[in-house]
Order: sequence, then structure tokens, then C-alpha cells
Amino acid sequence: MGFGSRVLWSELNLDVAPGEFIAVLGPNGSGKSTLLKVLLGLVPLSAGRVTVAGGAATRGNSNVGYIPQQTTADPELSLRSRDLAGLGWAGHRFGKGLRGRRRRRQHVDHVLAAVGADTYADAPVGQLSGGELQRLRVAQALVGDPSVLLCDEPLLSLDLAHQHSITRLIDQRRHAADTAVLFVTHEINPILPMVDRVLYLVDGRFRVGTPAEVMTSGVLSDLYGTDVDVIKVRGRLIVVAATDSVPALPGHHVHHLDEHGPP
Amino acid sequence: MSDTFDRLFDFEGTADLLALPFVQKALVAAAVLGVIAGLLAPLIVARGMAFAVHGTSELAFTGGAAALLAGVSVSLGAVVGAVAASLVFGILGLRRRDRDSVIGVVLAFGLGLGVLMLALYKGRSANKFGLLTGSIVSIDSTDLVVLAVCAVLVVVTLGVIYRPLLFASVDPTVAEAHGVPIRILGPVFAVLIGITTALAIPIVGAILVLTVMVTPGAAASRVSSSPVVVTLLAIGIAEVGLVGGTILSLGPGLPISGYATTLIFICYLVCRLIGRLRRS
Repeated sequence: MGFGSRVLWSELNLDVAPGEFIAVLGPNGSGKSTLLKVLLGLVPLSAGRVTVAGGAATRGNSNVGYIPQQTTADPELSLRSRDLAGLGWAGHRFGKGLRGRRRRRQHVDHVLAAVGADTYADAPVGQLSGGELQRLRVAQALVGDPSVLLCDEPLLSLDLAHQHSITRLIDQRRHAADTAVLFVTHEINPILPMVDRVLYLVDGRFRVGTPAEVMTSGVLSDLYGTDVDVIKVRGRLIVVAATDSVPALPGHHVHHLDEHGPP
Repeated sequence: MSDTFDRLFDFEGTADLLALPFVQKALVAAAVLGVIAGLLAPLIVARGMAFAVHGTSELAFTGGAAALLAGVSVSLGAVVGAVAASLVFGILGLRRRDRDSVIGVVLAFGLGLGVLMLALYKGRSANKFGLLTGSIVSIDSTDLVVLAVCAVLVVVTLGVIYRPLLFASVDPTVAEAHGVPIRILGPVFAVLIGITTALAIPIVGAILVLTVMVTPGAAASRVSSSPVVVTLLAIGIAEVGLVGGTILSLGPGLPISGYATTLIFICYLVCRLIGRLRRS
């Protein structure tokens, strides 16, 4: 996959099993978001083949759920939580405004309750806290009953408690419905206990394997082409560059400020 | 002073005037406009397109002025001007940051052209003034068939694209991920705005189109967060303003726009007040 002469990655061959949880890691610009766009059918591969839930990657694939980064909604926006979640139910289809409204409503109520968002179902979206909004995002993604869940840094700018509750919801879902999860993140620690495999992308190089296989000093030093230490502290992984010359090691607590500073 | 006041609220002849065919035609036109403006207004507010509506209406005015000068149908000219403007805004201004300046640039030029063409026009001055502020006489020149066809077109199109459009308007990132064709919906919605603007011009005039296409949506969104309730309320407010404004303007024989804007503005203030009381 590449744009013009720039190659984001090549010979990437990854099979994700139903119910599998894959973390996609890597520095900014390594093609993590592009990978999601390919799977969403928004960008074609420059070469190769991609299959999502048994079919070609097409726009508006109802087998795919998508959870975006947390962004604050306009406080004046005329939209209730249930409306936002409801848009996950064929919200991209033309001519579906009135037909199936009752069924949609029942289904949305059910999913909102499942993620614990039923208490603010009728609250305006613009007045939700970041944690509430992300919970709602999970509901929005699950409303379409997807077999693949694509998560684009959904934990960004959430506090630890909310990070935990969001990852738990996603984990429950994949166990309950055998949903495959691709989780793009800068920060592996909040999801470390549930990750089956890691896809680590750096400058066109990548490595796929279990966290124990990939998150080692040897593998990451190899990927970054410089000395990188992976230290395990109380079940958390901390990645430290031996020199300061390594640009933006993704999301480990040490580099937290670098990663979340102004773009 | 009191003469002015008496004139503003002179309703003696209102009942008789209501019986006249051209007045009834104006009322029908106002009511139809209220429905489609009320339907669009909440989406215009959600998409932050108030300035685009204003720009579109000024260019509808340019189109109308050109038609007046050329001696062809003013409403046709207004429709052409508005649709052309909305397409330009829809295509050039896809990015929010660009949009403001593109509209400002095109609006200023179009308005300048319009003023020039009005100055060159040798016909009745009421026709000129009607374009800017609307008048019951200028409604009479609108073809009700054209109005009905345009209204049906707007309602049907909206019926088909409503949910993806709402999705793209309130939640663009996820809408795009779900494959909503944002690049197509933007210009399509802009054209709907263009058509509705052109219909609104004979009634409220080019400079006051915002009052029916933005204020009802802004007012309604203060009191509810349900898209359905907000839309119904916006239609209601637009109807109060347009039909009420038309009736009130009959006796005094003054432009509808003054009455319509006042009624709708009062609705807006009431809605803000209700919204504030509810939240506290």
C-alpha cells in the first residue's frame, strides 16, 4: 500500500479470525489510519487483495462497525444520544428515513441498555462527557450488529476509568458475538490483557505476533532501526528509546506528552 | 408617530382582502414555502450554513435582476441564480474554512452586478423593490405550478437523502467511515437550498431569506434535541411567520417581510427563553 512513490507497507498479509482482538500500533504516518480506510472500502489497495467479513471491502459495509476518536460535539447540536446511535443503523442508506423506524428504535434501546447508555438516551449529544460519548460510540458501532469492529484510537483523551469501561465493552462484544476487533492505538497498556495479536507498523516495516513476541526490545529495535528498550513494569509495557533521536515512539507513558501535544 | 403606528396595525380591510384571489394565492405560496423552509432550516443550522443561505439569496437576487432587465420571468431568473450560486458554494466550499471566504467573495460580486442591473432597468420600481424586500404583488407573478413542482422536488429529494444527510451533517467522521457520499450530498443539499431560496425571494425578499431558512431552525433547536420534533417545530414557526405575516401585512399594505421577520424573531426569543428555563 502506498501513495505515489511513498510506500506505507507492502507484503502485509494478515488474517484476522472471528473474535480475535488485534492491536494496530505504530508512530504517526505509519499507515494505521490508511489500513482502516482500506478495510472501510474508502481507499483501494495499490496492490493486493482485501476481504472483510467474507466479501470485498466496500463502502458502507454493514458487517463493519467503526468507533472513532473521541471528539466533543457542538453543545447546541439538536441530536439526542439515541439519534446518534440510531445513525449506526443503516444511516448511510438512501430512502430509509421512515421505513423501519419502530424496529430501529427498539434495537437502539436494546443496544443503549447493553452499553449502559440508556440513562442518557434522551440527553443532547453536545452535553455528554467524553466517557459518555465514547460509550455511545460503542453503541453506534454495535447497532448494526457488525462482525468486524474497527476502532480508531477510541481511548484518546479519556481518563483511565473510562478507558477501562470502553475496552471492557469492546471485549465483551467480541466474546459474545465472535466479533473481530482491529484496534488502532498509540497506547497498548489499556488493552494489553485482551490483545491476541499485535500489528506493529513503522515506516513500511511491520511485525505481526502476540504481544509477547512483538513487544520486545529486539523486535522494536529492529523495526525502528535504532536501540529501543521495552521494559515491563507491574504488567505494563513501557517503551523507551535509547537515544532521543527516535521520532515519536508511539504511545507509551513516557512519550505521552509528545504524542498528545498539538498536532 | 402615531400615524405610523396606526398604519402598521391597520386591519380594517383585512377581511375583504382575504377574499381576493391574488391574496389567497399569496397565502398558498407562503404556506408551501413555510413547509420546505422549515424542513431545511434545522439541517442548515446543523451544517453551519447560514452564511451560505445568505450568499445564495443575494445571487438569486442577481439572477432575478438579470431576468427583469432581460424581460424574462423573474422567478426563473432567481431560480437559475440561486441554483448556480449554491452549486458554486457546494463545490468550491467543501472545506469549512474555505467556505466563508468563497461565499463572501461571490456574494459581493453578485450583489454588485444585481444593483447595476436594477439601475439599468427602466420598468416599474415596485418590481425592483419587490426583489429585495418581497411584496404581495411580486408573489402574484410567481407561477403556483412552478412553486408546487419545486416544493415537491425538495420534499421528495429530502425524503430520499434525509438520513445520510443528517448523518453527514451531525457526525461527518463516522458518516464517512460508513460510506456516506459526503461529496455528493453537500452540493445536492446546496441545490435544495438554492431552489427554496428562489421561492422565498418574491415573498420575503432577497435580503430577508435568512428569516425563514435559518431562524426557525435556530429557534426550534433551542427547545428540543429530537431531530423530528425540531423539524416539525421549525415548520410551525415558519408557517406562523409566513402565513401570519402575510395576513398582517394585508391591511396596512406594507411588505410581508417586516411582519414575517418580526413574528419569527419573537418565536426565536420565546424558544431561547424556554430553552434557558428548561436547562436551569
